[in-house]
Amino acid sequence: MRRGLSTRLLGISGKVLVGLILAFIVLPALVVTLAAFNDRAILSFPPAKYSTRWFTRALTYRDFQTGLWNSLVVTAWASTIALVVGTGFAIALKRYAFRFKAGLEGVLLSPLIVPHFTIGLGLLVLATGIGAARGFAVVVLTHVIVVLPFVIRSVYISLQNIDERLELAAASLGARPGRVLGTITLPLLAPGLVSGWLFAAILSFNEFTASLFVTGQATQTLPVAMYGYVREFADPTLAAVSVIYIAVTALALTVANTFLGLGKVLNVEQGR
Amino acid sequence: MTPAIRRRPFLPLFVTPAVLVAVAIVAAMAAILRYSLHAYVPGSLDVGGLTLENFSDLGRPIVLRALRDTVLICFETALITLIVGYPVAYALVRTRSLFLKSVILVTAVTPLFLGEVVRTYAWTVVLGNSGFVNATLRQLGLIERPIQLMFTELGVIIALVHVTLPVMVIMLAAALAHIDRDYERAAQSLGAGPVRAFLTVTLPLSLPGVVAGFTTAFAWTFSAFATPQVIGGGKVGVVSTLVYQLGLSSFNFPVAASLSLAGLVLALGTMWLVRRAARPLEALGGH
Repeated sequence: MRRGLSTRLLGISGKVLVGLILAFIVLPALVVTLAAFNDRAILSFPPAKYSTRWFTRALTYRDFQTGLWNSLVVTAWASTIALVVGTGFAIALKRYAFRFKAGLEGVLLSPLIVPHFTIGLGLLVLATGIGAARGFAVVVLTHVIVVLPFVIRSVYISLQNIDERLELAAASLGARPGRVLGTITLPLLAPGLVSGWLFAAILSFNEFTASLFVTGQATQTLPVAMYGYVREFADPTLAAVSVIYIAVTALALTVANTFLGLGKVLNVEQGR
Repeated sequence: MTPAIRRRPFLPLFVTPAVLVAVAIVAAMAAILRYSLHAYVPGSLDVGGLTLENFSDLGRPIVLRALRDTVLICFETALITLIVGYPVAYALVRTRSLFLKSVILVTAVTPLFLGEVVRTYAWTVVLGNSGFVNATLRQLGLIERPIQLMFTELGVIIALVHVTLPVMVIMLAAALAHIDRDYERAAQSLGAGPVRAFLTVTLPLSLPGVVAGFTTAFAWTFSAFATPQVIGGGKVGVVSTLVYQLGLSSFNFPVAASLSLAGLVLALGTMWLVRRAARPLEALGGH
């Protein structure tokens, strides 16, 4: 087909536009990286002198150290619990009919729409009522609730890719349900389980709004500690922490992407 | 023999943990409802008798203004995000190069997983008076005094668009990916130019994604807290910052709870209205 000049111009301007929007998306990350390596405490662009002193300060700042440790503990527990809960529910959702199925699904997916500050406030007043406020159990529960929809979705999509006849074949050869689950279903699900767990971990490690409500001084996670810092100080220490965050998240996403294509999880692959 | 899979083995084992989590969610929402209907006792976390006073407290000008501003900011953000996100989603689905596809996908999606605090802080470095934008403009000699972007609604909206863009791109791309390209080819073979084929075929067919993306962006913006709090710096009052102020600074749980509920109803109501308003539009692109 002959392509006219106007069509070509349209194509070029479209590419430029998309390039500009992508630049807008990465701009903050680039700027924050520049700021993190800036030697001076006051922001200036471009930096006159580069150093890694803000990274040193970030890694030795007490609130960030305890925050990081708390975050790792909460993330490990929350993503693992969410994986167990979400996997079981996704299997039941995909394979079985049972009472209140739609209602249960609606409640479990509701954190996608209900604001996190509402969830945080609700769990705070609930925990205050039973005298468990600000404890690790409540923080972990909050994170499980918030990340669960993403785990359910990851596992559900992997289930769609499993050929159920393999399970039927195993069952018809005499394997009991437990054996079918352990030797066929779960191994075939492994990529979905790994990526679901990784997504849950990334989201939990980054969760802030709900955590702000349910954490206390002793249980505050790293994002909450960072929020406390930004309100008190204005030096680039936070830029250094942000750079570490961005690097870790990008790395974890790349790993998740190799186990189960991001495009598939996010449902954005062209069908035909 | 009935295959084992049909007999629902392990159903209780699979569903019981999920039921426990669901119970916690329902209990949390019930706790909010309970607090919203009880009187505030200053200096105590316990509540007094049944009352509707918390809801009439919501009639104060500062609360009404926050509710109105929240809906406006969410609406503007969702609209701008839609306009900015559409070309990216289109490029993501339609580019033939696998490399470009994954570059666009990773670039567009990574911010989704970065927490609000990191992104908001990054934007303060970009928007601040000695930040990136102002420093660049000054060095280019375009401005003499910094443009005030921090602590303004404009600054908040710029950062919020950035926060909601990934989810918008994902939802639009999902809709675009499921459109059969043969429709478009048919229009072009009948003589429609690329612009006309896009406007009369692809765009209408993608409307369900547009509506889904818009409502999700609206909900996400409504949920945002760190961005309006830090970039708005107290100058931009929205529901989330007010709930935080009432709940964690004044420990007035009852009014915080009733404001949360009012906000939730307002958000769901607006999203429902948007979906309804879009129904005739969607019928245009119906299959």
